[in-house]
Amino acid sequence: MPMAMIEQVGRNTNNALAAFGDFCIFSFRTFVWLFTSGLRWKTFRLLFPQLYEVGVRSVPVVAVTGGFIGMVMAIESYTTFRTIGQEERMGSVITLSVVKQIGPVLAAVMLAGRIGGALTAELGTMNVTEQLDALRVMGADPIRYLVVPRFLACVLLTPMLTIYSDITGVMGGWMISTQFLGVATGPYWFYAAKGVETWQVMEGVFKSFFFGGAIGLISCYKGFTCGSGASGVGRACTESFVQSFIAIIVLNFFFAQFLRQMYETIYGIRGAFD
Amino acid sequence: MSLIELRNVSKRFGRLIVLRELTLKIDEGQSIVIIGASGSGKSVMLKHIVGLLRPDSGEVFFDGERIDNLAEKRLSELRTNFGFLFQMGALFDSLTVADNVAFPLVEHTHKAPEEIAQIVREKLKMIGLPDAGVKMPGELSGGQKKRVALARAIALGPRVILYDEPTTGLDPIRSDVINELIIKLQRELKVTSITVTHDMQSAFKIADRIVMLHEGQLIFDGTPDDIRTTDDPIVKRFVLGEADEQELATLR
Repeated sequence: MPMAMIEQVGRNTNNALAAFGDFCIFSFRTFVWLFTSGLRWKTFRLLFPQLYEVGVRSVPVVAVTGGFIGMVMAIESYTTFRTIGQEERMGSVITLSVVKQIGPVLAAVMLAGRIGGALTAELGTMNVTEQLDALRVMGADPIRYLVVPRFLACVLLTPMLTIYSDITGVMGGWMISTQFLGVATGPYWFYAAKGVETWQVMEGVFKSFFFGGAIGLISCYKGFTCGSGASGVGRACTESFVQSFIAIIVLNFFFAQFLRQMYETIYGIRGAFD
Repeated sequence: MSLIELRNVSKRFGRLIVLRELTLKIDEGQSIVIIGASGSGKSVMLKHIVGLLRPDSGEVFFDGERIDNLAEKRLSELRTNFGFLFQMGALFDSLTVADNVAFPLVEHTHKAPEEIAQIVREKLKMIGLPDAGVKMPGELSGGQKKRVALARAIALGPRVILYDEPTTGLDPIRSDVINELIIKLQRELKVTSITVTHDMQSAFKIADRIVMLHEGQLIFDGTPDDIRTTDDPIVKRFVLGEADEQELATLR
Protein backbone atom coordinates (compact mmCIF):
# COMPACT_ATOMS: atom_id res chain seq x y z
CA MET A 1 0.00 0.00 0.00
CA PRO A 2 2.66 2.60 0.89
CA MET A 3 4.59 1.61 -2.25
CA ALA A 4 1.49 2.18 -4.36
CA MET A 5 1.03 5.57 -2.77
CA ILE A 6 4.64 6.54 -3.39
CA GLU A 7 4.31 5.34 -6.98
CA GLN A 8 1.19 7.44 -7.40
CA VAL A 9 2.86 10.54 -5.96
CA GLY A 10 5.85 9.96 -8.25
CA ARG A 11 3.62 9.50 -11.28
CA ASN A 12 1.61 12.63 -10.47
CA THR A 13 4.79 14.68 -9.99
CA ASN A 14 6.15 13.36 -13.25
CA ASN A 15 2.94 14.23 -15.10
CA ALA A 16 2.82 17.70 -13.56
CA LEU A 17 6.43 18.39 -14.57
CA ALA A 18 5.80 17.07 -18.08
CA ALA A 19 2.70 19.27 -18.40
CA PHE A 20 4.68 22.30 -17.20
CA GLY A 21 7.39 21.51 -19.73
CA ASP A 22 4.74 21.29 -22.47
CA PHE A 23 3.33 24.63 -21.35
CA CYS A 24 6.80 26.23 -21.51
CA ILE A 25 7.32 24.90 -25.06
CA PHE A 26 3.86 26.16 -26.02
CA SER A 27 4.65 29.61 -24.57
CA PHE A 28 8.03 29.68 -26.31
CA ARG A 29 6.46 28.85 -29.67
CA THR A 30 3.87 31.56 -29.10
CA PHE A 31 6.63 34.13 -28.53
CA VAL A 32 8.57 32.91 -31.57
CA TRP A 33 5.48 33.34 -33.78
CA LEU A 34 4.67 36.65 -32.07
CA PHE A 35 8.05 38.11 -32.96
CA THR A 36 8.27 36.55 -36.42
CA SER A 37 4.72 37.15 -37.65
CA GLY A 38 3.08 39.38 -35.04
CA LEU A 39 3.42 42.55 -37.10
CA ARG A 40 2.14 41.12 -40.37
CA TRP A 41 -1.21 42.16 -41.80
CA LYS A 42 -2.35 38.52 -41.60
CA THR A 43 -2.04 38.66 -37.79
CA PHE A 44 -3.66 42.10 -37.53
CA ARG A 45 -6.60 40.85 -39.59
CA LEU A 46 -7.10 38.11 -36.99
CA LEU A 47 -6.43 40.42 -34.06
CA PHE A 48 -9.32 42.87 -34.46
CA PRO A 49 -12.16 40.40 -33.78
CA GLN A 50 -10.25 39.23 -30.69
CA LEU A 51 -9.78 42.79 -29.47
CA TYR A 52 -13.54 43.25 -29.74
CA GLU A 53 -14.26 39.97 -27.96
CA VAL A 54 -11.70 40.39 -25.19
CA GLY A 55 -11.91 44.16 -24.74
CA VAL A 56 -15.14 45.81 -25.82
CA ARG A 57 -17.42 43.03 -24.61
CA SER A 58 -15.70 42.84 -21.23
CA VAL A 59 -16.11 46.53 -20.39
CA PRO A 60 -19.56 46.26 -18.70
CA VAL A 61 -18.66 43.35 -16.42
CA VAL A 62 -15.31 44.86 -15.40
CA ALA A 63 -16.83 48.31 -14.85
CA VAL A 64 -19.72 47.01 -12.76
CA THR A 65 -17.58 44.80 -10.51
CA GLY A 66 -14.97 47.56 -10.08
CA GLY A 67 -17.66 50.08 -9.13
CA PHE A 68 -19.30 47.85 -6.57
CA ILE A 69 -15.98 46.88 -4.98
CA GLY A 70 -15.20 50.60 -4.56
CA MET A 71 -18.60 51.13 -2.95
CA VAL A 72 -18.16 48.18 -0.59
CA MET A 73 -14.73 49.45 0.46
CA ALA A 74 -16.25 52.81 1.35
CA ILE A 75 -18.94 51.20 3.48
CA GLU A 76 -16.54 48.82 5.24
CA SER A 77 -13.83 51.40 5.99
CA TYR A 78 -16.17 54.19 7.06
CA THR A 79 -16.78 52.95 10.62
CA THR A 80 -13.07 52.56 11.37
CA PHE A 81 -12.16 55.98 10.00
CA ARG A 82 -15.09 57.63 11.78
CA THR A 83 -14.01 56.14 15.11
CA ILE A 84 -10.72 58.01 14.87
CA GLY A 85 -12.34 61.07 13.27
CA GLN A 86 -10.46 60.72 10.01
CA GLU A 87 -13.30 60.07 7.51
CA GLU A 88 -11.81 62.53 5.05
CA ARG A 89 -8.74 60.33 4.67
CA MET A 90 -10.89 57.49 3.32
CA GLY A 91 -10.24 58.83 -0.18
CA SER A 92 -6.58 58.04 0.16
CA VAL A 93 -7.04 54.45 1.33
CA ILE A 94 -9.87 53.53 -1.05
CA THR A 95 -8.18 55.02 -4.12
CA LEU A 96 -4.80 53.54 -3.25
CA SER A 97 -6.26 50.05 -2.70
CA VAL A 98 -8.27 50.23 -5.90
CA VAL A 99 -5.55 51.39 -8.28
CA LYS A 100 -2.76 49.34 -6.78
CA GLN A 101 -4.39 46.00 -6.00
CA ILE A 102 -8.13 45.59 -6.31
CA GLY A 103 -8.57 47.16 -9.76
CA PRO A 104 -5.88 45.13 -11.57
CA VAL A 105 -6.51 41.86 -9.74
CA LEU A 106 -10.27 42.08 -10.01
CA ALA A 107 -10.18 43.01 -13.71
CA ALA A 108 -7.80 40.11 -14.37
CA VAL A 109 -9.91 37.63 -12.40
CA MET A 110 -13.07 38.73 -14.20
CA LEU A 111 -11.27 38.34 -17.51
CA ALA A 112 -9.98 34.91 -16.54
CA GLY A 113 -13.59 33.89 -15.96
CA ARG A 114 -15.18 35.59 -18.94
CA ILE A 115 -12.47 35.36 -21.58
CA GLY A 116 -10.31 32.51 -20.30
CA GLY A 117 -13.25 30.12 -20.17
CA ALA A 118 -14.50 31.22 -23.58
CA LEU A 119 -11.07 30.87 -25.21
CA THR A 120 -10.52 27.42 -23.75
CA ALA A 121 -14.00 26.29 -24.80
CA GLU A 122 -13.55 27.64 -28.33
CA LEU A 123 -10.08 26.18 -28.90
CA GLY A 124 -10.96 22.97 -27.05
CA THR A 125 -13.96 22.44 -29.31
CA MET A 126 -11.76 23.10 -32.33
CA ASN A 127 -9.34 20.54 -30.94
CA VAL A 128 -11.87 17.75 -30.41
CA THR A 129 -13.50 18.37 -33.80
CA GLU A 130 -10.07 18.11 -35.50
CA GLN A 131 -10.10 21.74 -36.66
CA LEU A 132 -6.61 22.23 -35.21
CA ASP A 133 -5.37 19.26 -37.24
CA ALA A 134 -7.16 20.70 -40.28
CA LEU A 135 -5.21 23.94 -39.82
CA ARG A 136 -1.93 22.05 -39.63
CA VAL A 137 -2.76 19.96 -42.69
CA MET A 138 -3.42 23.18 -44.60
CA GLY A 139 -0.02 24.48 -43.57
CA ALA A 140 -1.30 27.08 -41.09
CA ASP A 141 0.35 26.73 -37.70
CA PRO A 142 -2.49 26.79 -35.14
CA ILE A 143 -0.30 28.76 -32.71
CA ARG A 144 0.28 31.52 -35.25
CA TYR A 145 -3.28 31.49 -36.49
CA LEU A 146 -5.18 31.08 -33.23
CA VAL A 147 -2.97 31.69 -30.20
CA VAL A 148 -0.95 34.77 -31.20
CA PRO A 149 -3.97 37.04 -31.86
CA ARG A 150 -5.74 35.88 -28.70
CA PHE A 151 -2.61 36.26 -26.58
CA LEU A 152 -1.98 39.74 -28.01
CA ALA A 153 -5.58 40.79 -27.37
CA CYS A 154 -5.32 39.66 -23.72
CA VAL A 155 -1.95 41.39 -23.19
CA LEU A 156 -3.03 44.66 -24.80
CA LEU A 157 -6.51 44.94 -23.36
CA THR A 158 -6.18 43.71 -19.77
CA PRO A 159 -4.40 46.99 -18.85
CA MET A 160 -7.15 48.99 -20.60
CA LEU A 161 -9.81 47.11 -18.68
CA THR A 162 -7.81 47.61 -15.50
CA ILE A 163 -8.03 51.37 -16.08
CA TYR A 164 -11.82 51.04 -16.47
CA SER A 165 -11.97 49.01 -13.28
CA ASP A 166 -9.81 51.61 -11.49
CA ILE A 167 -12.01 54.49 -12.63
CA THR A 168 -15.32 52.88 -11.67
CA GLY A 169 -13.83 51.61 -8.37
CA VAL A 170 -12.60 55.09 -7.43
CA MET A 171 -15.89 56.67 -8.50
CA GLY A 172 -17.87 54.04 -6.57
CA GLY A 173 -15.86 54.72 -3.43
CA TRP A 174 -16.28 58.48 -3.86
CA MET A 175 -20.01 58.24 -4.47
CA ILE A 176 -20.77 56.21 -1.34
CA SER A 177 -18.36 58.19 0.84
CA THR A 178 -19.57 61.65 -0.16
CA GLN A 179 -23.18 61.18 -1.29
CA PHE A 180 -24.34 58.66 1.33
CA LEU A 181 -21.89 58.75 4.24
CA GLY A 182 -21.50 62.51 4.42
CA VAL A 183 -17.76 62.88 3.80
CA ALA A 184 -16.94 66.25 2.19
CA THR A 185 -15.95 66.00 -1.48
CA GLY A 186 -13.05 68.51 -1.37
CA PRO A 187 -11.02 66.85 1.43
CA TYR A 188 -11.90 63.40 0.06
CA TRP A 189 -10.20 64.20 -3.27
CA PHE A 190 -7.43 66.16 -1.55
CA TYR A 191 -6.32 63.10 0.45
CA ALA A 192 -6.93 60.77 -2.51
CA ALA A 193 -4.57 62.87 -4.64
CA LYS A 194 -2.07 63.14 -1.78
CA GLY A 195 -1.99 59.40 -1.07
CA VAL A 196 -1.81 58.13 -4.63
CA GLU A 197 1.12 58.82 -6.89
CA THR A 198 1.46 58.19 -10.60
CA TRP A 199 3.82 55.31 -9.72
CA GLN A 200 1.06 53.47 -7.90
CA VAL A 201 -1.41 53.86 -10.75
CA MET A 202 1.22 52.64 -13.20
CA GLU A 203 2.10 49.76 -10.88
CA GLY A 204 -1.41 48.36 -11.31
CA VAL A 205 -1.42 48.92 -15.05
CA PHE A 206 2.09 47.46 -15.44
CA LYS A 207 1.32 44.17 -13.74
CA SER A 208 -1.94 43.79 -15.64
CA PHE A 209 0.06 43.27 -18.87
CA PHE A 210 1.45 40.13 -17.25
CA PHE A 211 -1.94 39.06 -15.87
CA GLY A 212 -3.33 39.35 -19.40
CA GLY A 213 -0.42 37.35 -20.82
CA ALA A 214 -0.92 34.60 -18.24
CA ILE A 215 -4.67 34.41 -18.97
CA GLY A 216 -4.06 34.25 -22.73
CA LEU A 217 -1.38 31.58 -22.58
CA ILE A 218 -3.05 29.36 -19.98
CA SER A 219 -6.48 29.49 -21.64
CA CYS A 220 -5.12 28.75 -25.10
CA TYR A 221 -2.85 25.97 -23.79
CA LYS A 222 -5.75 24.33 -21.98
CA GLY A 223 -7.85 24.48 -25.14
CA PHE A 224 -5.05 22.92 -27.20
CA THR A 225 -4.50 20.07 -24.76
CA CYS A 226 -8.05 19.30 -23.62
CA GLY A 227 -9.32 15.74 -23.42
CA SER A 228 -11.81 14.29 -25.86
CA GLY A 229 -15.53 14.95 -25.85
CA ALA A 230 -17.72 17.50 -24.11
CA SER A 231 -16.44 16.46 -20.67
CA GLY A 232 -12.83 17.05 -21.79
CA VAL A 233 -13.66 20.58 -22.93
CA GLY A 234 -15.64 21.27 -19.74
CA ARG A 235 -12.78 20.07 -17.54
CA ALA A 236 -10.29 22.15 -19.51
CA CYS A 237 -12.43 25.28 -18.99
CA THR A 238 -12.52 24.74 -15.24
CA GLU A 239 -8.76 24.10 -15.10
CA SER A 240 -8.16 27.14 -17.27
CA PHE A 241 -9.99 29.45 -14.85
CA VAL A 242 -8.49 27.91 -11.71
CA GLN A 243 -4.92 28.00 -13.05
CA SER A 244 -5.31 31.52 -14.46
CA PHE A 245 -6.63 32.65 -11.08
CA ILE A 246 -3.73 31.05 -9.23
CA ALA A 247 -1.25 32.55 -11.73
CA ILE A 248 -2.76 36.02 -11.18
CA ILE A 249 -2.55 35.74 -7.39
CA VAL A 250 1.00 34.37 -7.41
CA LEU A 251 2.22 36.92 -9.98
CA ASN A 252 0.57 39.66 -7.92
CA PHE A 253 2.52 38.59 -4.85
CA PHE A 254 5.85 38.67 -6.67
CA PHE A 255 5.07 41.97 -8.36
CA ALA A 256 4.07 43.48 -4.98
CA GLN A 257 7.48 42.55 -3.60
CA PHE A 258 9.43 43.51 -6.71
CA LEU A 259 7.68 46.85 -7.26
CA ARG A 260 7.91 47.82 -3.58
CA GLN A 261 11.67 47.29 -3.63
CA MET A 262 11.93 49.22 -6.87
CA TYR A 263 9.88 52.08 -5.44
CA GLU A 264 12.02 52.25 -2.32
CA THR A 265 15.18 52.21 -4.41
CA ILE A 266 13.96 55.13 -6.50
CA TYR A 267 11.95 57.24 -4.00
CA GLY A 268 12.94 55.91 -0.56
CA ILE A 269 10.31 55.06 2.09
CA ARG A 270 7.23 57.29 1.95
CA GLY A 271 3.73 56.76 3.32
CA ALA A 272 0.21 57.79 2.41
CA PHE A 273 -0.20 59.71 5.69
CA ASP A 274 2.99 61.77 5.47
CA MET B 1 9.28 4.43 -57.07
CA SER B 2 6.29 4.66 -54.75
CA LEU B 3 4.77 8.05 -54.04
CA ILE B 4 4.24 7.23 -50.36
CA GLU B 5 6.10 4.70 -48.29
CA LEU B 6 5.87 3.71 -44.63
CA ARG B 7 8.85 1.64 -43.53
CA ASN B 8 8.64 -0.34 -40.26
CA VAL B 9 6.52 2.34 -38.60
CA SER B 10 5.66 1.80 -34.93
CA LYS B 11 3.58 4.08 -32.73
CA ARG B 12 2.30 3.80 -29.20
CA PHE B 13 0.18 6.08 -27.00
CA GLY B 14 1.09 5.41 -23.39
CA ARG B 15 0.87 1.66 -22.97
CA LEU B 16 -1.29 1.16 -26.05
CA ILE B 17 0.63 -0.01 -29.11
CA VAL B 18 -1.24 1.28 -32.15
CA LEU B 19 1.12 0.52 -35.04
CA ARG B 20 3.66 -2.34 -35.04
CA GLU B 21 6.47 -2.32 -37.60
CA LEU B 22 4.05 -1.35 -40.36
CA THR B 23 5.36 -1.28 -43.93
CA LEU B 24 3.26 -0.04 -46.85
CA LYS B 25 3.97 1.38 -50.31
CA ILE B 26 1.43 3.42 -52.27
CA ASP B 27 1.91 4.22 -55.95
CA GLU B 28 0.88 7.46 -57.63
CA GLY B 29 -2.66 7.46 -59.06
CA GLN B 30 -3.79 4.51 -56.95
CA SER B 31 -7.06 4.46 -55.01
CA ILE B 32 -6.20 2.50 -51.91
CA VAL B 33 -8.67 1.74 -49.14
CA ILE B 34 -7.49 0.89 -45.64
CA ILE B 35 -9.97 -1.18 -43.69
CA GLY B 36 -9.88 -2.50 -40.17
CA ALA B 37 -11.82 -2.59 -36.93
CA SER B 38 -12.15 0.53 -34.77
CA GLY B 39 -8.89 1.08 -32.89
CA SER B 40 -6.80 -0.92 -35.37
CA GLY B 41 -4.61 2.10 -36.19
CA LYS B 42 -6.11 3.23 -39.52
CA SER B 43 -6.53 6.92 -38.73
CA VAL B 44 -3.19 6.98 -36.89
CA MET B 45 -1.53 5.64 -40.00
CA LEU B 46 -3.24 8.30 -42.12
CA LYS B 47 -1.95 11.02 -39.81
CA HIS B 48 1.58 9.65 -40.16
CA ILE B 49 1.38 9.99 -43.93
CA VAL B 50 0.67 13.70 -43.68
CA GLY B 51 3.04 14.32 -40.77
CA LEU B 52 0.40 15.11 -38.15
CA LEU B 53 1.92 12.33 -36.06
CA ARG B 54 5.52 11.20 -35.98
CA PRO B 55 6.45 7.54 -35.56
CA ASP B 56 8.25 6.26 -32.45
CA SER B 57 10.40 4.22 -34.83
CA GLY B 58 10.44 3.66 -38.57
CA GLU B 59 10.40 6.04 -41.52
CA VAL B 60 7.82 7.77 -43.70
CA PHE B 61 8.62 8.90 -47.25
CA PHE B 62 6.76 11.13 -49.69
CA ASP B 63 7.97 11.32 -53.27
CA GLY B 64 11.36 9.95 -52.22
CA GLU B 65 11.85 12.46 -49.38
CA ARG B 66 11.87 11.32 -45.78
CA ILE B 67 9.22 13.37 -43.97
CA ASP B 68 8.93 11.92 -40.46
CA ASN B 69 11.95 13.91 -39.24
CA LEU B 70 11.27 17.16 -41.09
CA ALA B 71 10.92 20.51 -39.33
CA GLU B 72 7.36 21.81 -39.12
CA LYS B 73 8.08 24.59 -41.64
CA ARG B 74 9.21 22.23 -44.42
CA LEU B 75 6.39 19.89 -43.50
CA SER B 76 3.91 22.77 -43.95
CA GLU B 77 5.20 23.31 -47.51
CA LEU B 78 5.00 19.59 -48.25
CA ARG B 79 1.45 19.39 -46.96
CA THR B 80 0.25 21.50 -49.90
CA ASN B 81 0.56 18.21 -51.83
CA PHE B 82 -2.12 16.69 -49.62
CA GLY B 83 -5.83 17.23 -49.18
CA PHE B 84 -7.31 15.73 -46.02
CA LEU B 85 -10.98 15.02 -45.49
CA PHE B 86 -11.50 14.67 -41.75
CA GLN B 87 -14.08 12.34 -40.29
CA MET B 88 -16.44 15.13 -39.18
CA GLY B 89 -15.36 17.55 -41.89
CA ALA B 90 -13.47 19.84 -39.48
CA LEU B 91 -14.85 22.97 -41.15
CA PHE B 92 -14.01 26.18 -39.31
CA ASP B 93 -17.23 27.19 -37.52
CA SER B 94 -16.47 30.88 -37.56
CA LEU B 95 -15.94 31.10 -41.34
CA THR B 96 -18.48 30.87 -44.17
CA VAL B 97 -18.37 27.92 -46.53
CA ALA B 98 -16.64 30.07 -49.17
CA ASP B 99 -14.04 31.28 -46.66
CA ASN B 100 -13.43 27.68 -45.56
CA VAL B 101 -12.75 26.59 -49.13
CA ALA B 102 -10.64 29.71 -49.74
CA PHE B 103 -8.57 29.15 -46.59
CA PRO B 104 -5.69 27.10 -48.07
CA LEU B 105 -5.54 29.45 -51.09
CA VAL B 106 -5.26 32.50 -48.84
CA GLU B 107 -2.61 30.80 -46.71
CA HIS B 108 -0.44 29.41 -49.49
CA THR B 109 -0.88 31.50 -52.60
CA HIS B 110 -0.69 35.16 -53.53
CA LYS B 111 -3.70 35.05 -55.78
CA ALA B 112 -6.01 38.08 -56.06
CA PRO B 113 -9.31 37.87 -54.12
CA GLU B 114 -11.31 37.66 -57.39
CA GLU B 115 -9.22 34.73 -58.57
CA ILE B 116 -9.66 32.96 -55.24
CA ALA B 117 -13.41 33.57 -55.38
CA GLN B 118 -13.47 32.06 -58.88
CA ILE B 119 -11.60 28.93 -57.71
CA VAL B 120 -13.95 28.61 -54.73
CA ARG B 121 -16.97 28.77 -57.06
CA GLU B 122 -15.41 26.08 -59.29
CA LYS B 123 -14.70 23.75 -56.38
CA LEU B 124 -18.16 24.20 -54.88
CA LYS B 125 -19.67 23.46 -58.28
CA MET B 126 -17.50 20.37 -58.56
CA ILE B 127 -18.88 18.95 -55.31
CA GLY B 128 -22.44 19.83 -56.28
CA LEU B 129 -23.06 22.73 -53.88
CA PRO B 130 -22.65 25.80 -56.09
CA ASP B 131 -24.84 28.07 -53.94
CA ALA B 132 -23.52 27.10 -50.49
CA GLY B 133 -20.73 29.71 -50.38
CA VAL B 134 -22.54 32.22 -48.19
CA LYS B 135 -23.76 29.65 -45.65
CA MET B 136 -22.14 28.95 -42.30
CA PRO B 137 -21.04 25.35 -41.57
CA GLY B 138 -23.72 25.11 -38.87
CA GLU B 139 -26.42 25.50 -41.53
CA LEU B 140 -25.25 22.43 -43.48
CA SER B 141 -26.25 18.77 -43.11
CA GLY B 142 -23.62 16.13 -42.28
CA GLY B 143 -23.25 15.09 -45.92
CA GLN B 144 -23.02 18.69 -47.13
CA LYS B 145 -20.33 19.42 -44.54
CA LYS B 146 -18.24 16.54 -45.86
CA ARG B 147 -18.67 17.72 -49.43
CA VAL B 148 -17.60 21.25 -48.49
CA ALA B 149 -14.65 19.80 -46.57
CA LEU B 150 -13.77 17.90 -49.73
CA ALA B 151 -13.95 21.11 -51.76
CA ARG B 152 -11.53 22.64 -49.26
CA ALA B 153 -9.26 19.60 -49.45
CA ILE B 154 -8.95 19.93 -53.24
CA ALA B 155 -8.67 23.73 -53.33
CA LEU B 156 -4.90 23.72 -53.80
CA GLY B 157 -4.95 20.95 -56.38
CA PRO B 158 -3.28 18.27 -54.23
CA ARG B 159 -1.53 15.17 -55.56
CA VAL B 160 -2.90 13.01 -52.74
CA ILE B 161 -6.29 13.09 -51.05
CA LEU B 162 -6.68 11.35 -47.70
CA TYR B 163 -10.20 10.45 -46.62
CA ASP B 164 -10.76 9.58 -42.96
CA GLU B 165 -13.98 7.55 -42.79
CA PRO B 166 -15.76 9.66 -45.41
CA THR B 167 -19.12 7.87 -45.17
CA THR B 168 -19.35 7.45 -41.39
CA GLY B 169 -22.54 8.92 -39.97
CA LEU B 170 -24.24 9.31 -43.34
CA ASP B 171 -27.31 7.51 -44.67
CA PRO B 172 -26.76 5.06 -47.59
CA ILE B 173 -27.81 7.62 -50.23
CA ARG B 174 -25.49 10.35 -48.88
CA SER B 175 -22.73 7.75 -48.53
CA ASP B 176 -23.12 6.88 -52.19
CA VAL B 177 -22.93 10.56 -53.16
CA ILE B 178 -19.58 10.77 -51.33
CA ASN B 179 -18.37 7.55 -52.98
CA GLU B 180 -19.28 8.89 -56.43
CA LEU B 181 -17.53 12.14 -55.59
CA ILE B 182 -14.35 10.28 -54.61
CA ILE B 183 -14.44 8.35 -57.90
CA LYS B 184 -15.12 11.57 -59.84
CA LEU B 185 -12.19 13.38 -58.24
CA GLN B 186 -9.95 10.37 -58.80
CA ARG B 187 -10.91 10.35 -62.48
CA GLU B 188 -10.90 14.09 -63.15
CA LEU B 189 -7.99 15.25 -60.99
CA LYS B 190 -5.83 12.13 -61.42
CA VAL B 191 -5.01 12.16 -57.71
CA THR B 192 -3.83 9.38 -55.42
CA SER B 193 -6.63 8.52 -52.99
CA ILE B 194 -6.10 6.95 -49.60
CA THR B 195 -9.35 6.15 -47.83
CA VAL B 196 -9.76 4.85 -44.32
CA THR B 197 -13.12 3.20 -43.79
CA HIS B 198 -14.98 0.27 -42.32
CA ASP B 199 -17.80 0.65 -44.79
CA MET B 200 -17.20 -2.36 -47.08
CA GLN B 201 -19.74 -1.25 -49.67
CA SER B 202 -17.83 1.99 -50.03
CA ALA B 203 -14.50 0.14 -50.08
CA PHE B 204 -15.57 -2.14 -52.95
CA LYS B 205 -16.88 0.81 -54.92
CA ILE B 206 -13.90 3.15 -54.74
CA ALA B 207 -10.85 0.91 -54.28
CA ASP B 208 -8.46 -0.56 -56.77
CA ARG B 209 -6.43 -1.88 -53.83
CA ILE B 210 -7.56 -2.79 -50.32
CA VAL B 211 -5.33 -3.31 -47.30
CA MET B 212 -6.48 -4.41 -43.87
CA LEU B 213 -4.98 -3.43 -40.55
CA HIS B 214 -5.38 -5.63 -37.51
CA GLU B 215 -3.83 -4.77 -34.15
CA GLY B 216 -1.43 -2.34 -35.81
CA GLN B 217 -0.21 -4.74 -38.49
CA LEU B 218 -1.03 -5.29 -42.13
CA ILE B 219 -2.83 -8.61 -42.53
CA PHE B 220 -4.19 -8.23 -46.05
CA ASP B 221 -3.11 -6.46 -49.23
CA GLY B 222 -4.87 -7.09 -52.53
CA THR B 223 -7.57 -6.10 -55.00
CA PRO B 224 -11.30 -5.98 -54.17
CA ASP B 225 -11.68 -9.32 -55.96
CA ASP B 226 -8.88 -10.86 -53.85
CA ILE B 227 -10.55 -9.83 -50.61
CA ARG B 228 -13.87 -11.37 -51.65
CA THR B 229 -12.20 -14.76 -52.11
CA THR B 230 -9.71 -14.65 -49.23
CA ASP B 231 -9.53 -17.54 -46.76
CA ASP B 232 -8.08 -15.48 -43.90
CA PRO B 233 -10.71 -15.87 -41.15
CA ILE B 234 -10.16 -12.39 -39.65
CA VAL B 235 -10.41 -10.66 -43.03
CA LYS B 236 -13.35 -12.79 -44.07
CA ARG B 237 -15.30 -12.03 -40.88
CA PHE B 238 -14.63 -8.30 -41.30
CA VAL B 239 -15.78 -8.27 -44.93
CA LEU B 240 -18.95 -10.19 -44.07
CA GLY B 241 -19.50 -8.19 -40.87
CA GLU B 242 -19.64 -11.22 -38.59
CA ALA B 243 -18.56 -11.17 -34.92
CA ASP B 244 -16.50 -14.13 -33.69
CA GLU B 245 -17.44 -16.52 -30.86
CA GLN B 246 -15.28 -14.70 -28.34
CA GLU B 247 -16.96 -11.35 -29.07
CA LEU B 248 -20.41 -12.89 -28.91
CA ALA B 249 -19.56 -14.61 -25.61
CA THR B 250 -19.37 -11.22 -23.90
CA LEU B 251 -23.07 -10.72 -24.65
CA ARG B 252 -24.16 -13.97 -23.06
